[in-house]
Amino acid sequence: MPLFLNDDQTMLRDTARDFVADAAPVSHMRKLRDSKDETGFSRDLWKQFADMGFTGILVGEDHGGLGLGHVEAGVVLEEIGRNLSPSPFLQTAVAAVEALKGTPHAERWFPGIVAGETVAALALDEGAKFRASVSMKAERSGNGFKLTGAKQFVHHGHVADFVIVSARTAGAADDQDGVTLFAVPKDAAGMTARAERLTDASLAARIEFDGVEVDADAVIGEVDAGRKPLDRLLRAGRAGAAAEMLGVGAGAMDMTIGYIKERKQFGTLIGSFQALQHRAAHLYSEMEVARAAVLKAQQLLDAGDDKADAAVSVAKAMTGLATMLSVQEGIQMHGGIGMTDEYDIGFYMKRQRVLAELFGDANYHADRLAQAAGY
Amino acid sequence: MSDLETFRSETRAWLEANCPPEMREPIRSEKDSVWGGRDQSAMTPAQKQWMDAMGAKGWTVPDWPKEYGGGGLSAAEAKVLREEMARIRARNPLSSFGISMLGPALLKYGTEEQKKEHLPKIARGEIRWCQGYSEPNAGSDLASLATSAEDKGDHFLVNGQKVWTSYANYADWIFCLVRTDKTNKHNGISFVLFDMQTPGVSTKPILLISGYSPFCETFFDNVKVPKENLVGELNKGWDVAKYLLGHEREMISNMGLGGGGKNPLIDGAIATIGLDHDGRLADPLLRAKIAEFEVRSKAFAAQSERFIDELKAGRAHPAQPSMMKYYGTELNKSRHELIMASGGSDNLEWESERSRGGAPARDWLRTKANSIEGGTSEVQLNIISKRILELPGA
Repeated sequence: MPLFLNDDQTMLRDTARDFVADAAPVSHMRKLRDSKDETGFSRDLWKQFADMGFTGILVGEDHGGLGLGHVEAGVVLEEIGRNLSPSPFLQTAVAAVEALKGTPHAERWFPGIVAGETVAALALDEGAKFRASVSMKAERSGNGFKLTGAKQFVHHGHVADFVIVSARTAGAADDQDGVTLFAVPKDAAGMTARAERLTDASLAARIEFDGVEVDADAVIGEVDAGRKPLDRLLRAGRAGAAAEMLGVGAGAMDMTIGYIKERKQFGTLIGSFQALQHRAAHLYSEMEVARAAVLKAQQLLDAGDDKADAAVSVAKAMTGLATMLSVQEGIQMHGGIGMTDEYDIGFYMKRQRVLAELFGDANYHADRLAQAAGY
Repeated sequence: MSDLETFRSETRAWLEANCPPEMREPIRSEKDSVWGGRDQSAMTPAQKQWMDAMGAKGWTVPDWPKEYGGGGLSAAEAKVLREEMARIRARNPLSSFGISMLGPALLKYGTEEQKKEHLPKIARGEIRWCQGYSEPNAGSDLASLATSAEDKGDHFLVNGQKVWTSYANYADWIFCLVRTDKTNKHNGISFVLFDMQTPGVSTKPILLISGYSPFCETFFDNVKVPKENLVGELNKGWDVAKYLLGHEREMISNMGLGGGGKNPLIDGAIATIGLDHDGRLADPLLRAKIAEFEVRSKAFAAQSERFIDELKAGRAHPAQPSMMKYYGTELNKSRHELIMASGGSDNLEWESERSRGGAPARDWLRTKANSIEGGTSEVQLNIISKRILELPGA
């Protein structure tokens, strides 16, 4: 398979590009922020995503979805990133769908997701940095389990219809085995989500689990062997976050290049200065390399290749590095106006920072590759 | 089984039978690269066997047409061949400016006679080519070159000097830019080919900071070049040169890739520095730098694959080789900085046996030319700015 989008994927990209730019441009996010919207995204937009078929992009046709792959999901995510559109797409339609695929939970949750009515949240982080270790407890209780502990950085956690939670059913924090993944409905007693507005205006919750009782059928996959669906979730989530971040970086770069083509100082267009041209060309190079890394990871994921996991870490780390450069150069090349809230470029810097942390930052993934390579 | 799957299994079997074990070891120094040519005495038996076997199949140039010594493979088949070679870590059978630079230019601009005469010999590694571009006063501003070619009816009379002529002292033939019209800067240059044994051609190696002499000064004193050796139109050699430069940049950018499989940089760092009790490199700051380098290096490998795929499909931006050249060479320089930092004082030995004659230090020094040769990094950035990003001129 050649490493570029095929005709169908290109068509989907064009459709997604027009749709997202039209329905949820940066002004859409700004409006939600300025009105202190308490949901964090537009339910109406989520429904429109469903009408476009996007919410079911990774859901099999047997469940009413499009049955497409990570390349296609990434195409949509890149446009979400480019427009900074607040959406539960990454967590719900990509990460949660991958975790639930092939389990009985698919019957329960997929129809709502495909219809654009259901939203999922992912309660994985127990500290301010993503780690592979899981400490939160899930003790056997009657026919099911009792969950006790706290999670943070849970996007849409306060409004989600269900929350996917990683908890420990055996062993110690760093053990591979002994982790179990649960799907907890939002009305479960003892679960309290407190939403916090983040730097980028998105809402993420800190969730307390105070002896939350769930049935045995809340388990995703098998007890003590939750790493399997969790790894599926993380691979999809990371590839998706990389694709969305690529959109953020590309959007910032386009805005910046456009700006230096128009802005005059010293009586001439600043884009004609070699100092800026060289930095812009360097930025372009980093973004191209990041784009290739993302597409490679998506294609390997879709092919079910063993090398996909490492490629996903390369993609997440590389987009982290390249898009950070993009947003930083964006502010710098815009000069003073780039520092104003009125101008959009600053939003790109904020969004990049949030996506960079999601599911492990560039350092985390570089370290992961180093460990796998034995150093 | 699909045709492509059949091709893959046949290719796998053929490579297994024909690629000598010595040719599946990572390249460790410049001597491990095979350049072919009339004088093949420096080649090891395994190198020669591998080059001849691949050359006979046309697989040194898998996507060239069969009639010119190529393999006649489709883009998909050529990719399968690359993948299967990478799987057994087979070395490139032939490094050649004929393959990476002149060949593509002849395929596009050459006459039928020129293609039939030169391409099969390039494919089989029989003739080694060098490139006569730069002159003492025409480096980054290449189009200001002065080497003259006077029209003498049936031949051109060439006089002048070239510099940085890579391996001119080993080359059999040269492809050369000469001035055929002094009144027109870009449209007064022609592209000619001639045998380095022609009377009046002489070369002198230039000793570099690495102690190697990969480059030469090359002098032309009343050299007679037959008219049929003109490629493309008279005074339109700049078009051929630009086309060829794109391929040169593509080739140089491959340096950023390193090799597949076992990573000598990481193995070297572990050997000198050692691992701590958690199994991590005992120098955490160097480990972090290597890890970040590895991220960029693996991402660039994906970009190279994407670039080749886009090129074959005719979708690559014509200035994209500049980006590949820029990124690949900068990456290669940082790889060698890390190799030197990992090796410590071991890698500073200049002539010892265990440093293989100072190979790590010499290779490190050699890479400093990567961002100068084939158009400096700054020239590449200018090209990206103007042709891809379409930023305004000064």
